[in-house]
Amino acid sequence: MNQFFATFLSAGFWYGVIRCATPILFGALAALMSRRCGVTNMAIEGIMMFGALVAVIGSALSQNVWIGLLCSIVIAVVISLGLTMFKIRMQADEIMSAIAINLFATGGTVFVLYMITGEKSNSSKLANPVLPRIDIPILKDIPFIGEVFSGQNILVYVAIAAVFVIYYLLFKTPLGLRIRSVGGNPNAAESVGVSVQKMQYIAMGISGVLSGLAGAFMSLAYMNMFTAGMTAGRGYIALAASNLGGAHPIGALLASLLFGLFDFLSNSMQQMGIAPELIQMTPYLATVILYSIYSYMKMTEKRRKNKKLAKGKAA
Amino acid sequence: MSETNYLELRKITKVYPNGVIANEDVNMVLQRGEIHALMGENGAGKTTLMKILFGIEQPTSGEIYLEGQKIEIHNPLDAISKKIGMVHQHFMMDENLTVTENVILGMEPTKGLSLDTKKAREMTMEIAKKYNFKITPDKRVMDLSVGQKQKVEILKALIRGAQLLILDEPTAVLTPQETEELFEQLKILRDEGHTIIFISHKLNEVKHICSRATVLRGGKSVGSHDLKDISLAELSKLMVGRDVVREIEKQKAKPGDAVLEVKNLKVLNDELVQVVNDVSFKLRKGEILGIVGVEGNGQRQLIDCVTGLESEYQGEILIDGKVCAHSNGVKQRRDAGLNHIPEDRLTYGVIANATLLENLISNTYDKKENNKGIFMDDKKNSDRVTDLISRFQIKTDSKHTLVRMLSGGNMQKVVAAREMSTDMSILVADQPTRGIDVGTESFIHDRLVEMRDKGVAVLLVSADINEVMELSDSLIVFYEGEITAYFPDASKVTEEELGLYMLGLKKMKDEEIAEVAK
Repeated sequence: MNQFFATFLSAGFWYGVIRCATPILFGALAALMSRRCGVTNMAIEGIMMFGALVAVIGSALSQNVWIGLLCSIVIAVVISLGLTMFKIRMQADEIMSAIAINLFATGGTVFVLYMITGEKSNSSKLANPVLPRIDIPILKDIPFIGEVFSGQNILVYVAIAAVFVIYYLLFKTPLGLRIRSVGGNPNAAESVGVSVQKMQYIAMGISGVLSGLAGAFMSLAYMNMFTAGMTAGRGYIALAASNLGGAHPIGALLASLLFGLFDFLSNSMQQMGIAPELIQMTPYLATVILYSIYSYMKMTEKRRKNKKLAKGKAA
Repeated sequence: MSETNYLELRKITKVYPNGVIANEDVNMVLQRGEIHALMGENGAGKTTLMKILFGIEQPTSGEIYLEGQKIEIHNPLDAISKKIGMVHQHFMMDENLTVTENVILGMEPTKGLSLDTKKAREMTMEIAKKYNFKITPDKRVMDLSVGQKQKVEILKALIRGAQLLILDEPTAVLTPQETEELFEQLKILRDEGHTIIFISHKLNEVKHICSRATVLRGGKSVGSHDLKDISLAELSKLMVGRDVVREIEKQKAKPGDAVLEVKNLKVLNDELVQVVNDVSFKLRKGEILGIVGVEGNGQRQLIDCVTGLESEYQGEILIDGKVCAHSNGVKQRRDAGLNHIPEDRLTYGVIANATLLENLISNTYDKKENNKGIFMDDKKNSDRVTDLISRFQIKTDSKHTLVRMLSGGNMQKVVAAREMSTDMSILVADQPTRGIDVGTESFIHDRLVEMRDKGVAVLLVSADINEVMELSDSLIVFYEGEITAYFPDASKVTEEELGLYMLGLKKMKDEEIAEVAK
């Protein structure tokens, strides 16, 4: 048990939590951008997967990690806009389209990987550069805090910046107001000449950029290669984080940290001799339990308050 | 063409892809600075015509002239640029945004990349002040009353420079006082040179505020008239093609024993604010008890509890002296003899994607007599439905038509037919005639009185104050979740007096109110 608490108090632990929270945070921001414009984007999982693969390929072929990152963003934007087009132009069901994209990603990424490397499990044959870690001057010299926050991958800082950029975009700019109005009541937006479709394409494009960053983080930062199925449900967890955070960037940040904590906990507790399978299911189990408790509390709020009211009147 | 015609619609025809002819050779001429009524029963094509004018729908044929120039309006943006604004029946606002945000949406002032919130608020206040609208710029729209929301909608059109305002049944949701206020505002707008199209089927209002009227019937225009030259009776004859007797004919009620009793009811709304505060009353056989009140004063929650749609409440509801269950309450109440014509027909009244037959049997299909073993008795159900369709004069091609294909008035008849055709002791009629035409309205009124005479207890809620006053035998007034007045004889109350209680300016003594629970 002491070992357990020692783990919690170590800087390394929190460093890891932030690292694990990053792809979820990117995904959650992508999810909330789409939700704010009125699209339920279930495809983040699949988009991340393609992004992760393409990032490695781009990075290996060009031997330039930035080109790899760019490739990931481009493919993610293309797929996001594709999903939007299916919904808007072809009137397809967005959930069905997203499931198709996710299943396509599961098989498609392995197929492409095999075509290029002859391997089906990972891209270790490709020698690709990875994204750099950054030491932050001054901050890195502060005990504990420096160890937690400094020396993280560059995308970790990008993710934190993205929270504020998305907040500013949604709540402080005309574009954000229009996107929110489209998600809130598309008829209202249309009636004052705001193009619903245009706003959805723009918001989904931004959502795509964030999904691409999430994918690239997985294969160029979290690990240094692509492995089959490496997103492992993070795209779905991101959706949950966005919902739990009330589709607000700050809420999404906090929810992502919570899920990141569970994710990293499963990694670190593995070293204490607990069955890895058991630990690996904790973040998902935690999602179900946390989300159930959250929903149940919301649902029963009325009943509890009603009871209190009755008691108050009787007294 | 003469200079005085501000807008002219010539031979507008609209045929929908499914073959429905909504408008046929409709003509309409507007002069600048007039309030012009567009009248007609439901399904007469008023809204379609206005959607064409606002660019939401494209006409199949016909021409539109604005100040003598032939114009084409492809979308609402086109309409706005031609200074045409529309206030829809169902408000076009994002309830999560503030008043200011809704007003300036699509024409936001900026400072650099950011939204200039200060400027936005100033713009909103400026236009509100110009036309003497009292608004709260930073409140969220969801916290506003219906009347206030409507003002925001009108402001939205005005700030975009609208010279022609189309108001689609603006008074349907307003109290008498709010209606008066709206009329004052419309007069100000008219005097400023704005032209207003006022869609309504309320004859009194039209006569009161409009100078001329164009009447549509069955998609065709049956003429424009100067309202000085035409009587209300003639106008209504034009609308429905027959004389409508507005007065509801009914005998004096002979109330029997109480069948429904509400005891010390307390309810919270979804925002957990207490909206029904210790309400008690009794409803007797053979009487129509009307509930009046401005929307949002707890009537909604009261009805939801009485009908069992809301299960979280304190207090007791008794039918025939038996306490009703909280959970799974709807079925239990229905079995105990309570039928319900719900307010919102599309949400609670009908299954839009099911057929007429399926809708009409949805409260009886599980009764033993309508089944043969484990199968439904198709013959019996079908015969019954055929009978209902003819008795309630539902206009449809067949009983297998999907309900969403019907007009609003016919949908309401489907609900009425279903809820009024089984044995019952209580009928809760919640806005039974909202948004339907005069013909259907009087038909439903007659049925309600007929049921009452058969000994059914009727609980009536309506936003149309004339309807409640004429139909009800006794009345209770709701204000801020409490009964503030009880009138045992509804015929002795005036509209003005009711208004005072509805707005909370007057309240009866507790003893007088307690009478209703005796």
